[in-house]
Amino acid sequence: MEVFAQQLINGLTLGSIYGLIAIGYTMVFGIIGMVNFAHGDVFMVSAFIAMIFFLLLTTWLGIASIALALLLVLVLAMLMTALWGWTLERLAYRPLRGSFRLAPMISAIGVAIFLANFVQVSQGARNKAVPPIVTDVIVLFERNGYAVALSYKQIIIMSVTAVLLTAFWFVVTRTSLGRAQRACEQDRKMAALLGIDVDRTISLTFVLGAALAAVAGTMFFLYYGVVGFTDGFIPGVKAFTAAVLGGIGSLPGAVLGGLIIGLVETFWSAYFSIEYKDVAAFSILAIVLIFMPSGILGRPEVEKV
Amino acid sequence: MTSIPTFPARPAGTNQPAPPPLLLHALRESALAALVMLGLSIPILLFRTDQSAGQQLMLTPRIGLVATMCAIIFAVRFVVCLYVARRQSQRAARQAAGVSAPQSKLAHYVVSVGVPLFLGIAVTYPLISSMLAGGLNGARYWIDLGILILTYVMLGWGLNIVVGLAGLLDLGYVAFYAVGAYTYALLSTTYGLSFWICLPLAGVLAAFWGILLGFPVLRLRGDYLAIVTLAFGEIIRLVLINWVELTNGGAGISSIPRATFFGVPFERGENGFAAMFGLQFSAMHRIVFLYYLILVLALITNAVTMRLRRLPVGRAWEALREDEIACRSLGINTRNTKLTAFSIGAGFGGLAGAFFAVRQGFVSPESFNFLESAIILSVVVLGGMGSQFGVAIAAVVMVGGPEMLRHLAFTKAIFGPEFDPNEYRLLIFGLAMVVMMVWRPRGLISHRNPSIALKERKAISGSLVKEGHG
Repeated sequence: MEVFAQQLINGLTLGSIYGLIAIGYTMVFGIIGMVNFAHGDVFMVSAFIAMIFFLLLTTWLGIASIALALLLVLVLAMLMTALWGWTLERLAYRPLRGSFRLAPMISAIGVAIFLANFVQVSQGARNKAVPPIVTDVIVLFERNGYAVALSYKQIIIMSVTAVLLTAFWFVVTRTSLGRAQRACEQDRKMAALLGIDVDRTISLTFVLGAALAAVAGTMFFLYYGVVGFTDGFIPGVKAFTAAVLGGIGSLPGAVLGGLIIGLVETFWSAYFSIEYKDVAAFSILAIVLIFMPSGILGRPEVEKV
Repeated sequence: MTSIPTFPARPAGTNQPAPPPLLLHALRESALAALVMLGLSIPILLFRTDQSAGQQLMLTPRIGLVATMCAIIFAVRFVVCLYVARRQSQRAARQAAGVSAPQSKLAHYVVSVGVPLFLGIAVTYPLISSMLAGGLNGARYWIDLGILILTYVMLGWGLNIVVGLAGLLDLGYVAFYAVGAYTYALLSTTYGLSFWICLPLAGVLAAFWGILLGFPVLRLRGDYLAIVTLAFGEIIRLVLINWVELTNGGAGISSIPRATFFGVPFERGENGFAAMFGLQFSAMHRIVFLYYLILVLALITNAVTMRLRRLPVGRAWEALREDEIACRSLGINTRNTKLTAFSIGAGFGGLAGAFFAVRQGFVSPESFNFLESAIILSVVVLGGMGSQFGVAIAAVVMVGGPEMLRHLAFTKAIFGPEFDPNEYRLLIFGLAMVVMMVWRPRGLISHRNPSIALKERKAISGSLVKEGHG
């Protein structure tokens, strides 16, 4: 029971990070029908950006308040990563729109390789570690000598995720940008006929996805305190699994899928074997795609001949 | 790229200099690009993080580097802008004059001359390189590079069956490569079987795995198929890492027996290859033999593929690539067609894997990661899917090209002694993938030769075929 409660907390924390990344996948797939392979690496880049800003603010500018520093880091990382997202879409994906279907995918794989190695070359191959940032924990209850703890870090991660998802939800459902985006998702040609700037909308989709990935990256950095240039691939695949599991194209589905994947991973590590936790994630991906490709909340794809 | 305003074609005969708006426009675009570069580099290029002695992360600012990068981006964008504008005004002028663009026969020419040339170079490559390097021993590096390139040619041709002919996007091809390599490694180290017995076994086992992994994905197409095959590839790699009792885990299997000349070992002494043929012993005999072995294996792959294309099963593959629904309505058994493509492609991957193991003498799961699959797939796609010759050229460019970075010693003189161009190998590889896709999304050789024709064989442009939806 105690272990279960603790793993539930850990799983939800991990799951909110996956959910934030998954939204980037699901939005891009929804709007241009492409698996953005490089999204995991955008997440990794954002974790690096967050780390550098954090060091900059605390050691160079001497901001003593950790809360203020983290808030600034979050905002700056979101801005910078959004610029990355915009640039990548502009250079690597936009010229290929309307090209045959494999081309954007190959281009995205190229971008993923480029980003990982760009970070390796510019920051070095070693993992970067900082001392733990927020260390306080709240002990929820204690039984048989096993304390179930909720750390401040986990509270920050879950609440930031919740706040930003609400804001994002508001953008998608209540603003003209969100309306344009949903219109492009349903029928790009018709949306263009009705005066929506499709290219701009797609650009903004990438920007939004990258900004949410930056939130995930900052939270990842806060949670683990270690970032490395290879950290993009596995979280990227897991987040994609989350997007597929929730039903690709569905935004609540991406968050739901992220939480499920986070929970499965932590419970699997706790009760079965930690070595095979990535195998479990990949197996879920394969099983979901084969047996229920429309996911939990997605609409089934109707094939027209 | 950004949208470039079209300029009206200047009337013929007027010899005015380029209109100023063009230059102004290019300057503005370049300034914008440099600004974006500045923004992108603010945290990640401007500050390098290093672990100090006290395990504290230290920031080192690099303002000079950022300034250089912005200047480079400015220059590149400026040149691209001018080039694109010139191309557009030329095209506009041509249209105004009513002349259609000159029909390019180049691709056709390249294939008809290039294939014999390429084959000739491949066969005489050890001779040429040893003459150029002054002796067989000096050519070791170059022959090793040739072996590496030919391995990718073979893998590319094997994957071409699945991706190029049958149109099934496979991102986990490296799994079959791994199956082949581990088959030889395990059978030879535990049961002492020779390479020549293990080679066909590796092919058969990999083909079997191809069917096994092909079954669950029969219903999937396009991106989903790619992702599931990627997942399978990763699962196999993770199992190889974690099943320590069988595979020795991440440490890998070492001291795998070397290749023999059909039973005659390459060693000094009475029973060795050199003594048997009355030659002076040289360690290079084995390398040259390995070179020709992979050349023959690759050519077999090619020959089988070319023959299969003419058989009913090959035609069914290509039909499947173009339109699966039409295929099914015509009574083609899509299940068997897909499974044969998976298994035959996987079989060749397995053969290449066994060759990899015998050449390296060591296998570990790290040789079979996703990057390897991405490289093989990019070789196929950049070559022009379905074009055997294009795949071979792409393998030379994509595998040999980055390798050439090792020889750019002069860069050390420019950037300082600690500059290692080899670090930039994968960076440039990733960039090249993007640039090639933007420049030629259909690959280097994008026209196709129909496998059957009524009166005359006409090559058709790749953009007319639908492929890639499977």
